[in-house]
Amino acid sequence: MLELEAVKQAKALESATPETAEAGSSLWRDAWHRLLKNKLSVVGGVIVIIVTLLCAFAGVIAPDPNSQDLALYASAPSHAHWFGTDTLGRDLFARVLFGGRISLAVGMVATLVALCIGVVYGTISGYYGGNVDAVMMRIVDIIYALPFTIFVILLSVFFNNDETRARINHVIHATGLKFSLGSEFNIVLLFAAIGAVEWLTMARIVRGQVRSLRKMDFVEAAEALGIRPQRIIFRHMIPNVLGPIIVYTTLTIPSVMLLEAFLSFLGLGVQPPNASWGVLIGEGAKSMEEFPWLLTYPGLALSITLFSFNFLGDGLRDALDPRASKD
Amino acid sequence: MPTADAFLEVTDLKTHFPIEKGFLVKKRVGTVKAVDGIDLTLAQGEVLGLVGESGCGKSTLGRTILQLIPPTEGTVVLAGRNLAGLRGGDLRRARADFQMIFQDPYASLNPRMTVYDTLAEAISTHKNIPRGEMPRRVSELLSRVGLSPRFIRKYPHEFSGGQRQRIAIARALAVEPKLIIADEPVSALDVSIQAQIINLLIKLTREMGLTMIFISHDLSVVKHISDRIAVMYLGRIVEIGPSVEVFEKPLHPYTKALVSAVPIPDPARERHRKRIILSGDPPSPVNPPMGCTFHPRCPYMIEECRAAYPPFVDYTPGRRATCIRLHEINPPA
Ligand SMILES: Nc1ncnc2c1ncn2[C@@H]1O[C@H](COP(=O)(O)OP(=O)(O)OP(=O)(O)O)[C@@H](O)[C@H]1O
Ligand SMILES: [Mg+2]
Repeated sequence: MLELEAVKQAKALESATPETAEAGSSLWRDAWHRLLKNKLSVVGGVIVIIVTLLCAFAGVIAPDPNSQDLALYASAPSHAHWFGTDTLGRDLFARVLFGGRISLAVGMVATLVALCIGVVYGTISGYYGGNVDAVMMRIVDIIYALPFTIFVILLSVFFNNDETRARINHVIHATGLKFSLGSEFNIVLLFAAIGAVEWLTMARIVRGQVRSLRKMDFVEAAEALGIRPQRIIFRHMIPNVLGPIIVYTTLTIPSVMLLEAFLSFLGLGVQPPNASWGVLIGEGAKSMEEFPWLLTYPGLALSITLFSFNFLGDGLRDALDPRASKD
Repeated sequence: MPTADAFLEVTDLKTHFPIEKGFLVKKRVGTVKAVDGIDLTLAQGEVLGLVGESGCGKSTLGRTILQLIPPTEGTVVLAGRNLAGLRGGDLRRARADFQMIFQDPYASLNPRMTVYDTLAEAISTHKNIPRGEMPRRVSELLSRVGLSPRFIRKYPHEFSGGQRQRIAIARALAVEPKLIIADEPVSALDVSIQAQIINLLIKLTREMGLTMIFISHDLSVVKHISDRIAVMYLGRIVEIGPSVEVFEKPLHPYTKALVSAVPIPDPARERHRKRIILSGDPPSPVNPPMGCTFHPRCPYMIEECRAAYPPFVDYTPGRRATCIRLHEINPPA
């Protein structure tokens, strides 16, 4: 509906303005051109896309990651098994791709959660200011001060045994709900725990941006015109805070993935038979002297992906805010 | 002092900013009296120049008149309606009648919107225009401020400062206002561009019968555009009168100092120009001096000046200043 109106308006503009009307170059387009000039971040972006596609289509590309063949006990990389097999004779290439699925999903979903909460929270806090802002930001400070890692470890330990889960399921069923917590519950927990922490920084960034925008003349000019507050927020403020949000989002994904890997490595995150890169690295590390490929391949997959995200993020920062970059 | 032809009437307007300390339970530790009791009357179509040093409250006065800052006290009556009493939707709808032009054209346009988007948004805020007609309206507006409609799809960063200020002027005119407050609209521009923008504003106010308050810290800028000049010091108006007369014969000691600082184009007279240098800095609006707030810097200060803030004294019809020694220091010629 909105889209249609925009198209209609564009057509009317097309027909009413002479061909001589020069096309403008938006800040987005300028930023895009600057980004393309940055080789490292283009490479990073391409790798991110390739890795994401490979993991997304793992089911088509790779064999079943859970089919065991004890005859293939920890066989070295070969033509049939590119990354070799693990101690249960499972194809490591398949396990890396399927593991990447979970790692990327945790990274992206948790970041998305953080993004949504952080943007809404930060915008409200920054826009209204005063006591609203003071209370909201103090809450952020308090959550910030909580020892997050211990918090997650406690949660994991508590929820991560079958008896506790069975007891909780019993309660759920007693209330008449037809659903129960499975072993994947841990992954959900991980999303929630990571998301619950990552939104804090996002909220702070957005709130700072909105506060400085509030003082900008063009926002006051919009107010002076009599434009409604919702429209001022959506048309004048959010498009102008989008740049830093995009940059921070791109840089949050790898940091969340690293956190997931860390927790899973310790056995507190994703639980077998589900695999993530952290789980695979953890398993590989146990036998790194005998079967080094079990550590090398998942490790490489994780590092390359994290590097790529960071290069892309840095490139985006330089492109979206040329003043903030070093040169 | 209501007059028959008053179009804008500001009465005892005050804007005080509290200085607060503490979290949630705020303690008021002081007050910035940015605007402290202003009375002003403008006739329709009149241009008033508002001058004064940096920090004397010119912008705050402008923003308070336009209800961008809620007044602490006082009324602003525009065409018979008190703007200070309006809230929410009523205030938003009323805003079609009064607009602002900002000092910095680099900050006053949304960098993510094309000229078309900016102006179309302004036009459609208070009017329902058929979609097909909008481009023509926008083109008209641009031509009115001397910009080619060719630029319609460009973004602010693709324009020079002077061109941006023209776009900002077009945006203010888009709602067909009756009153415009221009807050130092040329002080961020190159000197070579300043005259063009001033001439544009003169042309537009005449053509459209606009009433305007033109704010500047520079007397020579307001000289050409204003019918009358009001001089502000520390949140109050100390002198008001017809532009030419204020220039020829400033009455208030503060105005005398301001006028003496303006270079005279005639070299012969410029050589004999005597500058009155004010001692000291403008005092803080948090702790204004007792009595006449200008007395610590005034070369004509006497003991009585410390007693009470002086009332306006009429000099000739239309000319007034707040100085108890007004007639004494300005003997009739
Ligand atoms: N929102 C605010 N909160 C507190 N104090 C303020 C606020 N806005 C302005 N002031 C104070 O009010 C006084 C007048 O400020 P104002 O901006 O109106 O001056 P001005 O005459 O426009 O100065 P300039 O020539 O620098 O633009 C200053 O002392 C300023 O610090
Ligand atoms: Mg100002």
